[in-house]
Amino acid sequence: MENIQRQFEQVFGTDWGLMLFTLTSNLVLIFAIVVPLLLCVAYLTFAERKIIAYMQIRVGPNRVTFFGIPWLRGWGQPIADAVKAIMKEIVIPSGANKMLFVLAPILTIMPALAAWAVIPFSPELVLADINAGLLYILAMTSMGIYGIIIAGWASNSKYAFLGAMRSAAQVVSYELAMGFALVCVLMMSQSLNIGDIVNGQQGDSLLNWYLIPLFPMFLVYLISGVAETNRAPFDVAEGESEIVAGFHVDYSGMAFTVFFLAEYSNMILVATLTSIMFLGGWLPPLDIAPFTLIPGFIWLLLKIAFILFFFLWFRATFPRYRYDQIMRLGWKVFIPITLVWIVVLGLIMQLPESIRNLPLLNIWF
Amino acid sequence: MNRIKKFFSTFLLFELLKGMAVTGKYLFKPKITVHYPEEKTPQSPRFRGLHALRRYPNGEERCIACKLCEAVCPAMAITIESEERADGTRRTTRYDIDLSKCIFCGFCEESCPVDSIVETRILEYHCEKREDFIYTKEMLLAVGDRYEEQIAKDREADARYR
Repeated sequence: MENIQRQFEQVFGTDWGLMLFTLTSNLVLIFAIVVPLLLCVAYLTFAERKIIAYMQIRVGPNRVTFFGIPWLRGWGQPIADAVKAIMKEIVIPSGANKMLFVLAPILTIMPALAAWAVIPFSPELVLADINAGLLYILAMTSMGIYGIIIAGWASNSKYAFLGAMRSAAQVVSYELAMGFALVCVLMMSQSLNIGDIVNGQQGDSLLNWYLIPLFPMFLVYLISGVAETNRAPFDVAEGESEIVAGFHVDYSGMAFTVFFLAEYSNMILVATLTSIMFLGGWLPPLDIAPFTLIPGFIWLLLKIAFILFFFLWFRATFPRYRYDQIMRLGWKVFIPITLVWIVVLGLIMQLPESIRNLPLLNIWF
Repeated sequence: MNRIKKFFSTFLLFELLKGMAVTGKYLFKPKITVHYPEEKTPQSPRFRGLHALRRYPNGEERCIACKLCEAVCPAMAITIESEERADGTRRTTRYDIDLSKCIFCGFCEESCPVDSIVETRILEYHCEKREDFIYTKEMLLAVGDRYEEQIAKDREADARYR
């Protein structure tokens, strides 16, 4: 890195060189995160189709392959889908507000990708190691709703508008429960820096992960995360049987695909956050030889995949919630649970030293 | 007591876990999908697919232009024109089936007194223009000639139930 910086300074002069170096190195890092992320999204759709198909005793996509290799059957499907979407026309309805209509998908995907800036993939591997990382993520994930509202409004369609309203109400209510669940995490870790949160879970084994002391919060966070990303069983915003496709009913081609990408990268983001906050991020489950040999990055990936599998599993299992039931669950169940748990956690943390040093409790507090 | 039990089973997501156990079990069950071009579902001898006109073993076409099939066809997909042939028999000069109209009900086959118009087991045919959907007498006879063996076998298998 230092060498490259020096070369930049030699070529462009000291001032410009530093600036250009910062620009290019950050761009390269952003690409290094976004490109694999989009690939993951593509193959998440494939995994979703396959897993849900298998749960429904079907086989799912099994035709498109690369170069006719038989054992790769189906693996070309996401690529074929992407090519198809790119080739299609983006239809802009005549009554739509053109500017907002085009802006909406961009506004949706922007925060979905931007939130990845503070995710630590391993102790060193993080684009922006900022101290208010958790706040940044909360801010970014709540920005995504603007895209949805604008999409629903700009389409000038009743279905799209209804979908946007539902989605807005749902995301806003679950944001609260999600935020409170994360408050518990930061009470435990005493830090908003995501790297510190993971380091706070360091220990001999997976008992040290926040999963165990904060198990109810883990469930609340996971379920709120599903609701937050408008996934089944909380997908009333899209509800095919009621409002066709919700806020993106008038979108086609790449504009639709961008919404799709945003939804799936949000899904991966929630899974990543869950594994970082509750499942110890890059930490191995046991701090002994065979586990510690595997790089932290792989552990994080495994945990993300595990949570994502649950997302797909939920979708294959549960019927859609009724709209008022979603609101009830959010406001009357999750928020009280989180509030109570915050108080309980605070009380435990204020217990005298002698009690907190008792076995089991001394692992966490 | 019951209420306490209900409270705990709700908060421990017991019923949701039960549902997930079911789908989780199905994940590993053998799949029942028929991989279509490679595998096919069995067909009945009564299968009603593409039409064919049959001939007698001596090569004479069976159709006597009675026009019963034209009359019975609910979609009016059949058009027949007939003339007297040199040997004094009545034969069709035109026998068109518009497959874009046909609903494959099999009435033509039922109504035919000489088992001339039949529906075969062929289902994998396609047309790219609307005009291609009109099957003429020659085409139908060609289908009949080509699949006569299968057609005859199917008629025989079904004969007991007619």
